[in-house]
Amino acid sequence: MTFKDEFVEVDGCRTHLRRGGEGKPLLYLHGASGAPVIQPFMEKLAERFDVLVPEHPGYGQSGEPEWLENIHDVAYFYLDFLKQLNLKEVLLVGTSMGGWIAMEMAVRDCSRLSQLVLVGSAGIKSPDAEVADTFLMSPEEAIRALYHDAKIVDTLLALPVTPEVVDMQLKNRHTTARLAWEPRFHDPHLPKWLHRINVPVKIVWGEQDRIIPVSFVDEYKKHFPKAQIHIVKGCGHLPPVEKPDEFVAIVCNK
Amino acid sequence: MTIQIVLFHLMPYADLDLEAGRKNGTVWVKLPNKHFDPEKGHRLYNRFLDELEYGEKLGFDVIAVNEHHQTAYGLMPSPIVTASALSRKTTKVKIAILGSALPLRSHPLTVAEEHAMIDVISGGRLISGFVRGIGAEYHTFGVNPTFSHDRFHEAHDLIVRAWTEPGPFSFRGRHYEVKYVNLWPRPYQKPHPPIWIPSQGSKETIDWASHPDRRYTYLQTFSPAKVVARYLKMYRDTCQGYGYSAKDSQLGWAVPVFVGADDESARRAAKPHFEAFRNVFVKMPLEMLLPPGYTSRESMKNVIKAKAQMFGDVSIEQAIELGLFVCGGPETVLRSFEAHFKEMRFGNLLVMCQFGTLPADLTRANMERFARDVMPGLRALG
Repeated sequence: MTFKDEFVEVDGCRTHLRRGGEGKPLLYLHGASGAPVIQPFMEKLAERFDVLVPEHPGYGQSGEPEWLENIHDVAYFYLDFLKQLNLKEVLLVGTSMGGWIAMEMAVRDCSRLSQLVLVGSAGIKSPDAEVADTFLMSPEEAIRALYHDAKIVDTLLALPVTPEVVDMQLKNRHTTARLAWEPRFHDPHLPKWLHRINVPVKIVWGEQDRIIPVSFVDEYKKHFPKAQIHIVKGCGHLPPVEKPDEFVAIVCNK
Repeated sequence: MTIQIVLFHLMPYADLDLEAGRKNGTVWVKLPNKHFDPEKGHRLYNRFLDELEYGEKLGFDVIAVNEHHQTAYGLMPSPIVTASALSRKTTKVKIAILGSALPLRSHPLTVAEEHAMIDVISGGRLISGFVRGIGAEYHTFGVNPTFSHDRFHEAHDLIVRAWTEPGPFSFRGRHYEVKYVNLWPRPYQKPHPPIWIPSQGSKETIDWASHPDRRYTYLQTFSPAKVVARYLKMYRDTCQGYGYSAKDSQLGWAVPVFVGADDESARRAAKPHFEAFRNVFVKMPLEMLLPPGYTSRESMKNVIKAKAQMFGDVSIEQAIELGLFVCGGPETVLRSFEAHFKEMRFGNLLVMCQFGTLPADLTRANMERFARDVMPGLRALG
């Protein structure tokens, strides 16, 4: 499945977008580690959906607009993105910080959404657990913390660290700090309004998630009592990458 | 115009369990505070304040305190407290706060107020240093490092206006808003205490500090001599670019110093304490020192490349070689400063006579030798 690789201008931000497949639109919102390349799970999803994989403002090859100061700015940007591309009945999938963006969008306006899939999502606090301090991790420590499967860690650590990779890591980290340093990876006002989300919600979490522990799911259950809950065994913070088949099946099921 | 000589102090927790500090990888942010013994702290604070007051007797022009949070490296999360104590116990010496970390404060107006109080109480002896705070302190306080520069500049603008503009007036910035800026007390010095800017080397800081509207004294701190020379020259060149020649008094160099009876005994005495300072107290991981947005991405890339050298251990011999530490008998120390002065013409020399675990007796001996055997020669320069 080939993805078209292009740039769209939304709210004055030159936005890098890969798009492939046919069917109902699926917008995938990446987390702090970005979405530099098309992954196998995206290709599988493109067999059933029109899959859109942008890089958020401030990440990867996308621009860094002046207005980008907090998570709300990103949420409004993506609502404008949906409108500009005239996307309807969108299956909105967000991992980690992408899940936080997805919730911020949905509390404001669900009219173009059909479903929300939150994967290892940031955005709310839990009384029992804390998000790991990724800002104090070296790039190597971060890779080890992200994945449960040691083989994936070894493969990633063996990749050459080119100047381009360093540039992108620094840019992504800068934007993540901009959006999520304080309050740390959550919006204190968001839980008050999650009840406004009136589309079906799926919550997917790696059982061995060491970035945002699986106990956060209990907090989400309080806000989304009707949500489908899927705990993925033998899996860390990124189920789409570690367990692509299982993840795709969860997204595609009713 | 003779050199102004400043006695600078970090007030470290000199009784630290060094092994615990080493094992933890750093003494910053998360080294558990159970390692601070208030009994020892009581003795240390009073010893260090005694040393700074002694500086006035020994003839230093300025005594200086400093701000760091939640670290054994420096026990002055509030330099206001120590500067206040010193302003009552001294009568003539200038007192420098190097510097207040503006972005870490919830409200910059409190900095304006506290500095004004010390200036008035001391009869106009305050030098106000402003800094952004060390990267580690952004991890500690949760202030967003990507806004560090913006907050610093806005805070500075509010403070200077609060000191100089008749109140009440309102201030509406991006980060701070005050409906009624109306400072009581107003500062003693006119137009306000001199503002000094300590830095570890930054083109942006130099551009801003040297601007004709400001002409703030720029201090290069704790860097190899080559780096100090480079940045002081950059400051002078930038002034030229603005259309004026920098005065020597606009430049300063801060460096740890140890004067012994002779070169060999100086090195022997200083070695364990300097190496503890440099390799235990100073050390922290890259991510702690430079959180995202604290410094430009270009600078970050240079730091990542130099990582091994910058974050590895430094021996006293290497430090002396690099000019990170000036150490020896009086002749050697004076000649070293003379050579550096010829090249850099710093109008302010900040010497740190206590470092790391250096105990009270060695610190006093160091200060006394410096004052008796080196200072007169330094006065002859400039």
